[in-house]
Amino acid sequence: MRRTIAKASLLTALNLLFFALIGTAVLAITYRLTHDPIARSEEMEKLKLIAQIAPAGSYDNDIIRDTTELGPDELLGNDTATPAYLGRLNGVPSIVVMQVIAPDGYGGKIHMVIAIRRDGRIAGVRVVSDKETPGLGDYIEIAKSKWINGFAGKALDNPDASGWKVKKDGGVFDYMAGATITPRAVVKAVHKALQYYAQHRETLFKARPSPVQVKGEQQ
Amino acid sequence: MTGQEFKDIFYNGVWKQNTGVVQLLGLCPILAVSSSVVNAVSLGLATMLVMTLSGAAIAPIRQLVPNEARIPVFILIIAVLVTVVQFTMNAYMYKLYVVLGIFIPLIVTNCIVLARIESFASKNPMLESALDGFAMGLGLTAVLAVLGGIREIFGHGTLLSGIDMVFGETAKSWVITVVPNYHGFLLAILPPGAFITLGMLIAAKNWLNLRAEQKLKGASATIVPVDGGCSPAMH
Repeated sequence: MRRTIAKASLLTALNLLFFALIGTAVLAITYRLTHDPIARSEEMEKLKLIAQIAPAGSYDNDIIRDTTELGPDELLGNDTATPAYLGRLNGVPSIVVMQVIAPDGYGGKIHMVIAIRRDGRIAGVRVVSDKETPGLGDYIEIAKSKWINGFAGKALDNPDASGWKVKKDGGVFDYMAGATITPRAVVKAVHKALQYYAQHRETLFKARPSPVQVKGEQQ
Repeated sequence: MTGQEFKDIFYNGVWKQNTGVVQLLGLCPILAVSSSVVNAVSLGLATMLVMTLSGAAIAPIRQLVPNEARIPVFILIIAVLVTVVQFTMNAYMYKLYVVLGIFIPLIVTNCIVLARIESFASKNPMLESALDGFAMGLGLTAVLAVLGGIREIFGHGTLLSGIDMVFGETAKSWVITVVPNYHGFLLAILPPGAFITLGMLIAAKNWLNLRAEQKLKGASATIVPVDGGCSPAMH
């Protein structure tokens, strides 16, 4: 009796193992087949996003691969290190693309990317993901409204610290009635990102020896 | 498989036992992604693909699996198939993959997939099982399409917005603006809108059934509540 139970259990276990092995094999093959296309499409998306905020001609290096890690910082709102993309023109640092998180959106965190030129002026900002109320607070997304473009050209001294608020709070940034918490969070986060850049400006591009890249050197 | 069997399985999956409005299975993705036609149909098609493949994969091995181990083995196979679909979408439809996000891997836990395997594919030959999965998935996709369409028109005043996520930039011009300068209707976009619209769809289907029945009998028939199956909504 005991032997038959043991035998049945063993058979069942072997059966499970057999199917687990087949499943693993199928997944391993799929992973290998899709690995490169996935990496390619992720890179394409990143490049497209960067191209939206860092104008063509503002850098000529392989910006996707010229990165540095930014450790957790209150000014960036990140809990873990995030990559920053370093743009160079003829080998000279010209623009940096950083990820910023506004922790205090109406629906939680608002993830953004910001491109700041060497001189501290903003080239562009985009919201990557947010949970703001659809139809109300989502005008911070470029797909819904041009509001986010209002940051282009702004810098720490343009406007000064008291101006880095929405108009309702006495600042210079527009907002839409009914949703002020959302733009307030975005403006604050962008302002903080500029402060971060001002503090780390010198070290940012020295994070690794700047490779003078010959175009076409990398594939 | 005879022509009649084929018809029965198809009719059963698409209409009579429709997962979306009759069995009410897998409501979570239905409500979550049906805020636009493109999102809704995309997830519907992904689910349909998984159901067809899992039916075809499990039916031939149904006699090899000991009864006690069948649920883990079935889930394992479904999970593998879902992951294959997920990798493929990640590679070739990246934007859509990002939008559907967690709901692709969650197809594994969609009650309807395992339910069809348990009640159909584990008892029937391969071809019939694949067809059953396909028909059930098609029924689900159809409900999702209608639900997504209604919610998108009322919520955004458009149809097919986001189609470029599937067919690339050129498809941007395919978006139909039903109501120009529409300011949006929040209720339709938020989850309650999904519940309300689904409720109306169920009512519409019951009404159609009732009318067909009355025509058949020529007499008055009474409304019979839909059978909820193992739907979470019924517990």
